[in-house]
Amino acid sequence: MTASTSSIVQVKRPDLVVPGETFESVTEIVSRPMEMKLPSWWLITFCVAVSGVLLLKSMLAYLIWEGIGIWGLNNPVGWGYAIVNFVFWVGIGHAGTLISAILFLFRQKWRTAINRFAEAMTIFAVICAGIFPGVHIGRQWLAYWLFPIPNSMGMWPNFKSPLLWDVFAVSTYFTVSLMFWYVGLVPDLATVRDRAKSKVRQMIYGIFSLGWRGSNRHWQNYEKAYLLLAALATPLVLSVHSIVSFDFAVSQLPGWHTTIFPPYFVAGAIFSGFAMVVTLMVLARQLFNLKALVTIGHLERMNKIILLTGMLVGYAYGMEFFMAWYSGYQYETFAFINRATGPYAWAYWIMVSCNVISPQLFWFKKCRTSIPIMFIVSIFVNIGMWFERFVITVTSLHRDFLPSSWGYYSPTWVDVCTFIGSFGLFFTLFLLFLRFLPVISISEIKNVMPEADPHYGEEH
Amino acid sequence: MNEILLAEFSTPGKLLKAAEKLSNCGYTTYETYSPFPIHGMDDAMRLKHSKLGWIVLCGGATGLIAGFSLQTWVSLHYPLIISGKPFFSYQAFIPVTFELMVLFSAFSAVFGMFALNKLPQHYNPIFKSDYFRKVTSHGFFIGIDSNEKGYDRDKLRDLFATLDVKHIEVIEDDE
Repeated sequence: MTASTSSIVQVKRPDLVVPGETFESVTEIVSRPMEMKLPSWWLITFCVAVSGVLLLKSMLAYLIWEGIGIWGLNNPVGWGYAIVNFVFWVGIGHAGTLISAILFLFRQKWRTAINRFAEAMTIFAVICAGIFPGVHIGRQWLAYWLFPIPNSMGMWPNFKSPLLWDVFAVSTYFTVSLMFWYVGLVPDLATVRDRAKSKVRQMIYGIFSLGWRGSNRHWQNYEKAYLLLAALATPLVLSVHSIVSFDFAVSQLPGWHTTIFPPYFVAGAIFSGFAMVVTLMVLARQLFNLKALVTIGHLERMNKIILLTGMLVGYAYGMEFFMAWYSGYQYETFAFINRATGPYAWAYWIMVSCNVISPQLFWFKKCRTSIPIMFIVSIFVNIGMWFERFVITVTSLHRDFLPSSWGYYSPTWVDVCTFIGSFGLFFTLFLLFLRFLPVISISEIKNVMPEADPHYGEEH
Repeated sequence: MNEILLAEFSTPGKLLKAAEKLSNCGYTTYETYSPFPIHGMDDAMRLKHSKLGWIVLCGGATGLIAGFSLQTWVSLHYPLIISGKPFFSYQAFIPVTFELMVLFSAFSAVFGMFALNKLPQHYNPIFKSDYFRKVTSHGFFIGIDSNEKGYDRDKLRDLFATLDVKHIEVIEDDE
């Protein structure tokens, strides 16, 4: 009996912050990117990103001037790059909410090092996503028809349409993500305010930090609000990509009309979003020297989620084929055989290699913890997930029921430049975020340090 | 003229002990300040639970009812025949109802929290202390307003001295 009790060893969890850091040094590390001299790499990449924004703007201006005939859409492929890019960007956003809300509810403390970063990514990705359906409607000056606004024509939207559900889902998602992000930022903006050397800086951060002073009565309501927002954002994020998948699944087109779509889309969204977080985080922790707070352990955990969700997506690819065969429905069977062997087989196999094969490297700890390998795999996953949406959209449309209405869709230069331009917008916003806001949640990361426990250092 | 007695402690543990001591001595309106929420502080200060949950419940219920009735009203008032579905297709109204419920709940969570905390409040006498600026980085403070019942500056100084205080200062509020 004595032997068994004495052999109990307390299992130590891996440190979330490199040991030796104090509350003060954490503040220093996170504040440094905002306070240091503007690095030249920042200026250069910012100029490149802003030229991307200009490209996007000119493509959109040309589109509004000329009409959507300048895109590669044809009959039968009436949905092309616009919807592909929309789903791609919304999907990327989902990792941010998963990290900030779902991992919060599961008490995954490692999320504190990456949640701010991932939430910022969510917001910027949803902004990029929102552009595409907005301009795809053809008469962009009537975009307000999407919302139920009383008007002199007495006209109202059709609430039975998944496209309208999408309007509500994406705009709610954006608003809630923005509020969640801002609430998380308030205490940290106060930190920046209190460190400010110049009056202007103190004023600007002072206004946005709303007079936060770390009062415990405030923290009490704050923590409650944060918990409630996490609890609201969790079903929200699942609903958003489910509703995005309804855009396809509620139609009766072979290749789209499947019940697996909602979970399959959500898994794919998390998969692509984590890949994007890894891509950006690997760069940011290097450039801004955040390695004490974002450790290899954090990146390894993200890679494990990429491996898991990659296999979920792979399972969905397989299941779609199985159902096409098992249903005995010839059009469905044709759609899938055509997907893997038809004119777009190249796109299908790019998708499979990037999404299903490349993450398998993460079975090996060496690969999961190697910065160059995880960077390359995350880029592959980003490419693969864009192709997934391309494959779903275009291969299902391009061969209609009658061979007389078969076609082939290729994007025009305008399509391609608009897509490239959306990356310019994303990176412009991201670079501004890196420079002007705390990229890691200062108050939350302090909370997971052992010193934050009031009984730290006491005898048990 | 009011004043605030501001005491700094070096660790979250000492702050928690000091708050417990103040509560035991019968003080109720004092405030503790820290760069992050400290586990157990609500109990040490004898605070009641946050009311925010009820506010969010009301917000969510409003969103739910508003969303469903908007769609019902629109579908009956502006009837569209869509593949022969009934005008009142409540199944199809669920996604938008859900989204509006979440939206309204989130609004009430955020603005309810700000309202309960009386934020934004850009002026506060406590900001006059330069020393207090580290509260958002690594400072742990207690502030007692002279309006507090039984406030006695010297008595409190002695009390804090027994609690391993790091620094004490008096902030005068001339408003």
